[in-house]
Amino acid sequence: MTFPILSIIVFTPIVAGVIILLLPAERKGWIRGVALLASAVALLLSVVAYFSYDIPQGGYQMVQKIPWLPAWGISYHIGVDGLSLPLVLLTGVVMFTGVLISWGVDDRPREFFGFLFILATGVFGVFVSLDLFQLFFFYEIAVFPMYLLIAIWGWQKTREYAAMKLTLYLFIGSVVALVGALAMFFASGLHTFDMLELERAGFSGAFQRIWFPVVFFGFGVLGGLFPFHNWSPDGHVAAPTAVSMFHAGVLMKLGAFAALRVGIMLLPEGAKVHLPWIIFLALVNVVYGALIAMVQTDFKYVIGFSSVSHMGLVMLGFASLSREGYIGSGLQMFSHGVMTALFFAVVGMVYDRAHTRDIPKLGGFARKMPVVAIAFIVGGLVSMGMPGLSGFVAEFPIFLGVWSAQPIVAIIAALGIVVTAAYIMIIVRRVFFGPMPEEFEGHIGDVTPLDKLALGVLSFILIALGVFPAWMAPLVASGVNSVMRLLGGA
Amino acid sequence: MFLELQFVLPEIGLLALAGVVIGLDMTLRRAARRSLGWVTAAGLAILLGVAVWSALRPAGDEILGGMLRADTLAASFRVIILAAAMLSVLLAMGVEGLADRGEAYALMLVATLGMCLMAAAGDLVMLYLAIETTSIPLYLLAGYLKRDTRSTEAGLKYFLFGAAASTVMLYGFSLLFGFTGETRLAAVAQSIAVGSMPRVLWIAAAMLVLVGFGFKVSAVPLHFWTPDVYEGAPTPITAFISTASKAAGFAVLMRVMLTVFTPAVAPYWVGVVVAMSVASMTLGNVLALTQKNIKRLLAYSSIAHAGYALIGLVALSPLGVASTLFYLGAYVITNLAAFAVVIVVARIVGSDDIAQFAGLSRRAPMVALALMIGLLSLAGMPPFVGFVAKVFVFAAAVQRGYIWLAVVGVLNSIVGLYYYLIVLKVVYLYRSENEAQPLPVTAPYKWALGLTMLGILVLGILSGPWFDWAIRAAGSIY
Amino acid sequence: MDFINSHLLSLILFTPTVAAAVVMLLPGAQPKLLRWVALLASLVPLALSLVAWMRFDMFAGGFQFEELAGWYTSIGSNYHLGVDGLSLPMVLLTTLLTPLCILAAFSIQERVRVFLALFLLLETGMLGVFLSLDLLLFFVFWEVGLVPMYFLINQWGSKNRDYASLKFLIYTMGGSLGLLLAIQMLRMVVGTFDLPVLYERWPTLDQSLFGLPIGTVKTIAFWAFTIAFAIKVPVWPFHTWLPDAHTEAPTAGSMILAGVLLKLGAYGFLRLVLPLYPAQAQAFAWVLALLAVAAIVFGAFAAWGQTDFKRLVAYSSVNHMGFVVLGIAAAAWARGTASAADAVIAMNGAVLQMFNHGLSAAGMFFLVGVLYERTHTRELDDYGGLFPLAPIYGGILIFTSMGSLGLPGLGGFVSEFLVVRGSWPIFPVFTAIAMLGLLLTGAYVLKAIQKVLHGPVNARWKETALEIAPREVVAIAPLMVLMLVIGLWPAWLLNVINAAVSRLFG
Repeated sequence: MTFPILSIIVFTPIVAGVIILLLPAERKGWIRGVALLASAVALLLSVVAYFSYDIPQGGYQMVQKIPWLPAWGISYHIGVDGLSLPLVLLTGVVMFTGVLISWGVDDRPREFFGFLFILATGVFGVFVSLDLFQLFFFYEIAVFPMYLLIAIWGWQKTREYAAMKLTLYLFIGSVVALVGALAMFFASGLHTFDMLELERAGFSGAFQRIWFPVVFFGFGVLGGLFPFHNWSPDGHVAAPTAVSMFHAGVLMKLGAFAALRVGIMLLPEGAKVHLPWIIFLALVNVVYGALIAMVQTDFKYVIGFSSVSHMGLVMLGFASLSREGYIGSGLQMFSHGVMTALFFAVVGMVYDRAHTRDIPKLGGFARKMPVVAIAFIVGGLVSMGMPGLSGFVAEFPIFLGVWSAQPIVAIIAALGIVVTAAYIMIIVRRVFFGPMPEEFEGHIGDVTPLDKLALGVLSFILIALGVFPAWMAPLVASGVNSVMRLLGGA
Repeated sequence: MFLELQFVLPEIGLLALAGVVIGLDMTLRRAARRSLGWVTAAGLAILLGVAVWSALRPAGDEILGGMLRADTLAASFRVIILAAAMLSVLLAMGVEGLADRGEAYALMLVATLGMCLMAAAGDLVMLYLAIETTSIPLYLLAGYLKRDTRSTEAGLKYFLFGAAASTVMLYGFSLLFGFTGETRLAAVAQSIAVGSMPRVLWIAAAMLVLVGFGFKVSAVPLHFWTPDVYEGAPTPITAFISTASKAAGFAVLMRVMLTVFTPAVAPYWVGVVVAMSVASMTLGNVLALTQKNIKRLLAYSSIAHAGYALIGLVALSPLGVASTLFYLGAYVITNLAAFAVVIVVARIVGSDDIAQFAGLSRRAPMVALALMIGLLSLAGMPPFVGFVAKVFVFAAAVQRGYIWLAVVGVLNSIVGLYYYLIVLKVVYLYRSENEAQPLPVTAPYKWALGLTMLGILVLGILSGPWFDWAIRAAGSIY
Repeated sequence: MDFINSHLLSLILFTPTVAAAVVMLLPGAQPKLLRWVALLASLVPLALSLVAWMRFDMFAGGFQFEELAGWYTSIGSNYHLGVDGLSLPMVLLTTLLTPLCILAAFSIQERVRVFLALFLLLETGMLGVFLSLDLLLFFVFWEVGLVPMYFLINQWGSKNRDYASLKFLIYTMGGSLGLLLAIQMLRMVVGTFDLPVLYERWPTLDQSLFGLPIGTVKTIAFWAFTIAFAIKVPVWPFHTWLPDAHTEAPTAGSMILAGVLLKLGAYGFLRLVLPLYPAQAQAFAWVLALLAVAAIVFGAFAAWGQTDFKRLVAYSSVNHMGFVVLGIAAAAWARGTASAADAVIAMNGAVLQMFNHGLSAAGMFFLVGVLYERTHTRELDDYGGLFPLAPIYGGILIFTSMGSLGLPGLGGFVSEFLVVRGSWPIFPVFTAIAMLGLLLTGAYVLKAIQKVLHGPVNARWKETALEIAPREVVAIAPLMVLMLVIGLWPAWLLNVINAAVSRLFG
């Protein structure tokens, strides 16, 4: 019996969440303490797990399998490979920084952290799932708390609408995918939900062609795939800071990851038929998302649409059906997760002080909070794919992949980068530099040390990955090998 | 004979318990009568234990001259019914006009007895008697609060519609008996199989019987009584009708339709049931969207849930039967949780309006949490039992090629999610003026909520053994 | 010692980064300490590159001091460094100018810490471009340099800095986009980023790609590369960002911008465009030559027309860099033909001109900065008759200007002469026009000197202390010395360049 590190990572948050929910509501200090401790433990263990993965050996590691519903061939089966492990680390990071950022939540912090941690367990669970049923199980756990987190602690103007829209979109996507999963279960004839066995099920070509879009789009909703991206900017904007971080940083990866794991890896023949046209949808994501982001005047909407654009790149990498594309997508999921968490953290800090997110009304924040400005600049540079930062390391291979699939798409998608650069520069100048409006002059102060720590951690990761891709790229590449094997080395 | 009686121990116990309750009711002072609820609940708990034990034993065959079938399906339904009865009794213990009335508990016990017999009935006569034994106490209970006009109206309505449906069903029974000359279900089935009955007639009989059962499970188009009765009846009784009675209805529905009108011989009713299922899900969910009263909302939602459960029936497979059984277990326990919260809130605020739930998460965070878990389970969210239950019924449909039906179910569950979320929104989001006052939760409700929460989580997370049980129960039919 | 030997280039490359980190960790309230730390730290790469210069074997072929380690191995990119006779002078120029710029920046008062850190990062970025032998790495450093420069202009620039910095960024990034796409395409086709390997495989590649004939694809990629570098150089008509950026940047920023950053573009031509696209370069050399001549002539005219001293110097860069491009174009055209010998001469001139312009342009911007700090105006008409007020400054200004306009005996003359001599047989008409441009160069430089130093003394400055400070003399002295040395004895530098150029283009 080896140390079940993944299980502990998965269940630490929910145990902490339940403990928090049972604490008396007025002990806010305790609640925060437990939250911080649990998230630190989860982060630490994720780091340990990350670095204990044996890359040359490859495949799924730290595997644990316990029968769960034997009648259905369902087991509690977890393990990580090169694609999921970075995402586990990402979740740990976002969770930890999210708690730091949310230190100031004063309205019912008990419920806030409780729900947030339940969500975190769902997220961790999806990333480590090797059983299809289990994956859905955790997937829904991850989606639902979002509703409450947004509806209760969100931005007053749109929270009810946005929370409902988000939940329904995601729920529709997931149940549609669920039907696909059930179809796979029965069509395989193996009487198992185990994904490793379903990979070898050898579904017929016709079956794969029919069901691949169902599964891929079902999960693609959460991945923000055009034209099902509509929920995401509204959701991002309405959510409170930590939730936006989680939402854009981790949850959207959940969709992309599940689309890969269940859609592409279990139905590779279907993927080969459909992805060549889906690539154009992803292209729309990239370019359209960036263009819309540019014309927004609400700081948070800009970031929200930028997520749509960047998740499009992930999908673009998938759709390229090439080794490089998948490596890039794997890295982009991680990089974008950290970056967007950073962005939303910054937006939150600015909003908390200015009480407005209208870009023309802001200005001069760099003088009052230099650390925030630097962090945002780092994030912005990542976002525009500046070499030396993680965005470049991730986007470059995606483009390589797209070149091999559809050169014209690569060229058009590059427009997205230009537009991104434009709106990021606009924000940097308008919000952080330039004159500060009179009404802010007196009462805008710097952020707390905890905030700075969170921003520091996130920025550090972005730079570290950009300068030394070697600590993640080979890992992702080892995960991509198995995808490529399933796709027949395409 | 003794071995046969062993199977009906719970039923005997129910009868005895009813006697004890009535006896105590007459001897105890009025103030002490409140504890009758505890006696009833404790008795039911013991009987539940017995029922579980009996369900785990190897299945028997017909007993008491074919009157009853001592199979696992019957025993499993009995477990569900007894559990529902026990929880309903706990819920009744805080409601003025019910809590200190021994005869109310006794009536509930008698109805429970009828339901248990429904689940096990192996003979048309027994079946009819069981149904009536169930129905008559329920009519009385629905109209129990004599001073409340809505309650009286509910009782009367329930009675009128119930009687009519029962008559129609009886006509179906008489057709079956008249042509086959048999009352035992197995014998009737055999007789039909050899062609003793013209096809037109057994189709007619099937339809007539369906009317009766459809009424019991409140499937569209036989649902129209549901909202009014649910709204008007005392809430614990509503909870009881919507759970135990519905489960019993499904027990007979499955047994009769699948054994008497065996699909191999007479598949013509399946299309009708498919239509009922789709209509129930869709209509129930859509109408629930606009409800302002939590009990009416739950009434429509219970119609929708009947629709989901019917999916398992039309799959015509062991998996289908097992999934319906599991679904009902899940539904019963979850719905009772929801009603428990409704009563807890209504006792204090004195109204069933959804708007009255505003600020609940601040007044009583734990109650709000329980309501959330209950509603999410109804909506089909993991890790709660509603999720696995839905997966099972959809899986049963997909297995038999009813992919479109699964998709309809899936789409409906989204509509369902929407109105459950609206309630949660009120609970968590809206403020109220009196949110500083805590909401007291008395002991029976603590028990009821604790037990249902435990059930929702245990069945949801460790669903394996329970599903195996359901599969074993399905073996009684297949 | 062994470590230094085997990682010489890495040490040169990353010492500034480490220094930047150290500077950031020091207390921000002690500007003096920060300045001296930065200055001393920036001397380390200079010393190391002098070591490299000494040890460099100009007769050995190929790249020297090579270092190879895995970097982004998953897509086949390596940390591959090396220098040859083309890049080594550029490295020396960069490491030389950086300490001088830091010295010049001693007058910066606000947010000294960040300024110095950015400056040191900028040095790493520039050095990386010169040292990389991996296409992806090249691109990384190419872009990395942009960011510190953007902020140097944007944060410490003068009035119009917002506009200027954004224009700078958008122009260069826009240019690099095509470069990026072309690099990606190359990687997909050839399967490697390693430059020596690419040199061998890509030009000889012969198969249709993406359904297009290989020639078309190569031509498109050639233009993608060319435009990216042309913007950086800048070649007319892509030069409009330059006057704005130069004018608005702080003195040290302008120095490094003119001194080194512009050379990155020219270096891109030498390192990538000519070796990778010999055929296309030959075919389109006339276009380049035409643009170069346009840059020389229009640059000179524009400089002549300026009333702002700094803008004048900025346009002079367009003018001077035109000669570099002219030399490159001539070499590209004549390569492998009968006049290959002329090509080598032109190329020698171009590379030497890069070095010389680095010295003179940095010097000129520095001197403009010195004056501006004292007078807070850059209008030529506001000056006048300053010689008597600041005789030492005046002398230095005249010396540096002469170096800039190509007075024989100073560096500029040698290189421009070589370019003209090499191009004459190849592009006689263009060269003739370019020589007219030279005339104009003399005209505008003299105009500037006349407006600033001579004429009636402007009464406004009588009370102002205008004389140059010792620190500033120290900052400019090395530049003047080098201009003189190269002018008198160019061989020490030219031999190294010539050895490399002959091998590449002979």
